[in-house]
Amino acid sequence: MSDYNASMLKKGQSAQIIDIDIDEIPLKLIEMGCLPGNDIELIQIAPMGDPLFFNVNDAKVAIRKKTASFIFIQSDSIQ
Amino acid sequence: MTPNTIKVALIGNPNVGKTSVFNQLTGLNQQVGNYPGITVDKKTGICKINQITRAKIIDLPGTYSLNANSIDENVVIELLLNKNDEDFPDVAVVVTEVENLKRNLLLFTQIKDLEIPTLLVINMSDRMKQKGIELDIPLLEKALKTKIALISSRKNIGIDKIKELILNYKSLSKEACLNASSIDEEYFNRLRKAFPNQLLYKLWLVITQDVNFLNLERNEIENNFTRSHTELKKLQQKETIKRYQFINDTLKVTQKIDKSKATDFQSKLDNILTHKVFGYLIFFGILLLIFQSIFDWSSIPMDFIDTSFSKFSAYTKENLPSGKFTDLLSDGIIPGIGGIVIFIPQIAFLFLFISVLEESGYMSRVVFLMDKIMRRFGLSGKSIVPLISGTACAIPAIMSARNIENWKERLITILITPFITCSARLPVYAILISLIIPEKRFLGFSLQGLTLMALYLMAFFVAIGSAYILNKLLKLKCKSYFVVEMPSYKVPMFKNVALNVLEKTKAFVTGAGKIILAISIVLWFLGSHGSANFDNAEKIIAEKHEKPLTEEMRQNKINAYKLENSYIGMMGKTIEPVIKPLGYDWKIGIAVVSSFAAREVFVGTLATIYSVGSQSEEEATIKMKMAEDIDENGNKIFNFATGISLLLFYAFAMQCVSTLAIVKKETNSWKWPLIQLVFMSGFAYVVALIAYQTLK
Repeated sequence: MSDYNASMLKKGQSAQIIDIDIDEIPLKLIEMGCLPGNDIELIQIAPMGDPLFFNVNDAKVAIRKKTASFIFIQSDSIQ
Repeated sequence: MTPNTIKVALIGNPNVGKTSVFNQLTGLNQQVGNYPGITVDKKTGICKINQITRAKIIDLPGTYSLNANSIDENVVIELLLNKNDEDFPDVAVVVTEVENLKRNLLLFTQIKDLEIPTLLVINMSDRMKQKGIELDIPLLEKALKTKIALISSRKNIGIDKIKELILNYKSLSKEACLNASSIDEEYFNRLRKAFPNQLLYKLWLVITQDVNFLNLERNEIENNFTRSHTELKKLQQKETIKRYQFINDTLKVTQKIDKSKATDFQSKLDNILTHKVFGYLIFFGILLLIFQSIFDWSSIPMDFIDTSFSKFSAYTKENLPSGKFTDLLSDGIIPGIGGIVIFIPQIAFLFLFISVLEESGYMSRVVFLMDKIMRRFGLSGKSIVPLISGTACAIPAIMSARNIENWKERLITILITPFITCSARLPVYAILISLIIPEKRFLGFSLQGLTLMALYLMAFFVAIGSAYILNKLLKLKCKSYFVVEMPSYKVPMFKNVALNVLEKTKAFVTGAGKIILAISIVLWFLGSHGSANFDNAEKIIAEKHEKPLTEEMRQNKINAYKLENSYIGMMGKTIEPVIKPLGYDWKIGIAVVSSFAAREVFVGTLATIYSVGSQSEEEATIKMKMAEDIDENGNKIFNFATGISLLLFYAFAMQCVSTLAIVKKETNSWKWPLIQLVFMSGFAYVVALIAYQTLK
């Protein structure tokens, strides 16, 4: 498992997903394409730092920071 | 069903314009009903395909996949798995949209596995150029083993193509797009051997979903093929990955996207609308606009409705032969119906705003903006939708809490929503405020308007406070799921908004109308019949007063005496001891009790009581009669203390049977509606008691 997860991204950054904790990630998110191999981009952060608005696999979706911390990303793919 | 009717199921992800397609195909030929036993809207419509063929189109709830996460989504699976259902489709129409084709196709590949003739609609084709998207339709048709209609429901392009494809549904392939069972060959082979006559994908759905399935012995499958929850979820994940692989490979050769063309207008809009200062300012500005429309703009049509109904009532009294039937009509039914019709402007305005906010994509931003704040009170950002719609009516509001994933957050939302000032409280507030608050201005604002606003704010804070307490009390362990799709901003389509407003308003009027009509008839009967004293009223009054009275005074005395000795009067007298400490007399008591079914009945009941009790045929409004009413000591019945006590009682009490019924349905137990009833009404009684005793 990577030490980096999607909640660590800065606004505008994107990275490749390498793993997800399937006990913590709702199926709905997986169905939207939140899967290993796909890219995830942080588009917007809500005023109080939570929730986070991502673009995953071309799906625009907002999730809570905690959920985002179970989406593991490849550190050297962060752009 | 005639042989020339084709049954069509319209399926698709939320936010792909599925409802617009449905509206374009069926126009006004729509019907909204309920699926048996659950409160999910069932929308069906008829579409004329050609001279001899019609299509019966059923608009299924939006779903991301065939893995059901909610009752709405369950409906889709249950219909598609049950060949014996009368609505089982001849052809499935999967609606997708150009910009999210990749994600939308997941559901499509699942439907294809069910071996139902399936055609693909790709919507919003008008955005392709702007977004730099190109599609090779013939190649895509080949890869997906289907026929495609590239349409724009917004511009009304390509609807005929859908009709044509529906007409020729028999030529559609029933073959699956990919072999999803390869994710675990051994497991699926065993499954295939055990049930050779069943479709493999169906079996898989039955194992993974909690759906009613008639044809199969559920237990048998479950005993032999169930695996641990995690293992199943892993397999589902594998299945999803497999499908996405197929979709990605397919789109690689059929779709071209020129990324440089994608405008950043959307993200600029997001930067403003979810800004930490402007975001909230804009949201509160919109809320103010909504309230302005409800209280100010809708008062014009409401006044018109009000005067029309009292004129109509007086007209029937004058022009129909006098008798029981005329009384029932002019004192019971017409004021009763008027009491409902008067809500239409407010309800319509509210649904108009909610519908526009949802269609434009703005509502998701509000959810995004509010989530962190709402979470402190045990609510979700998604609770904002029920809380706003609760200002119209708690029933649709509680139903809209359904898409809150976390059960605890959803339950708290359901429990506190009835505190929000719904439009049924408005007429009660309106008449009471005009009776007890003087028509003065304070710092340029109308004092009456300020009182109304105070009542709204108070209700909101009590709701939020209750949520905070419930959050501390309820010991429920739930995962904090929260997934909100953020659709692109769009200009709402007039047709969709108009149909939505029409449908919701109609449902409210017919739903509440039935109860109010029934109650006003019962009340009229109870008010115009009574004990022996009631029938001998004239004699008794004549004996009591030896001095001759003027004719008018005599009539008034008789009528007042009659009302007190009618069945309704006797009932009121019985409950008087309970309500006396709150400052209510028996007439108000009757109104309070009868409005237990629905708050708005309060005004109707007083209207009925005061018109039964009056002799004159002039159109003295109910308000005037109430203002003039005095008790035996000559004090006004509707004084300040009583008025405030009543306002507080109606703000908090659970006076709505329909809400209790919907809470029972949504929580699947009587426990929660009963807790709601006892807590809310108990709280209301105590608050009203304290208010009256300190103010009197």
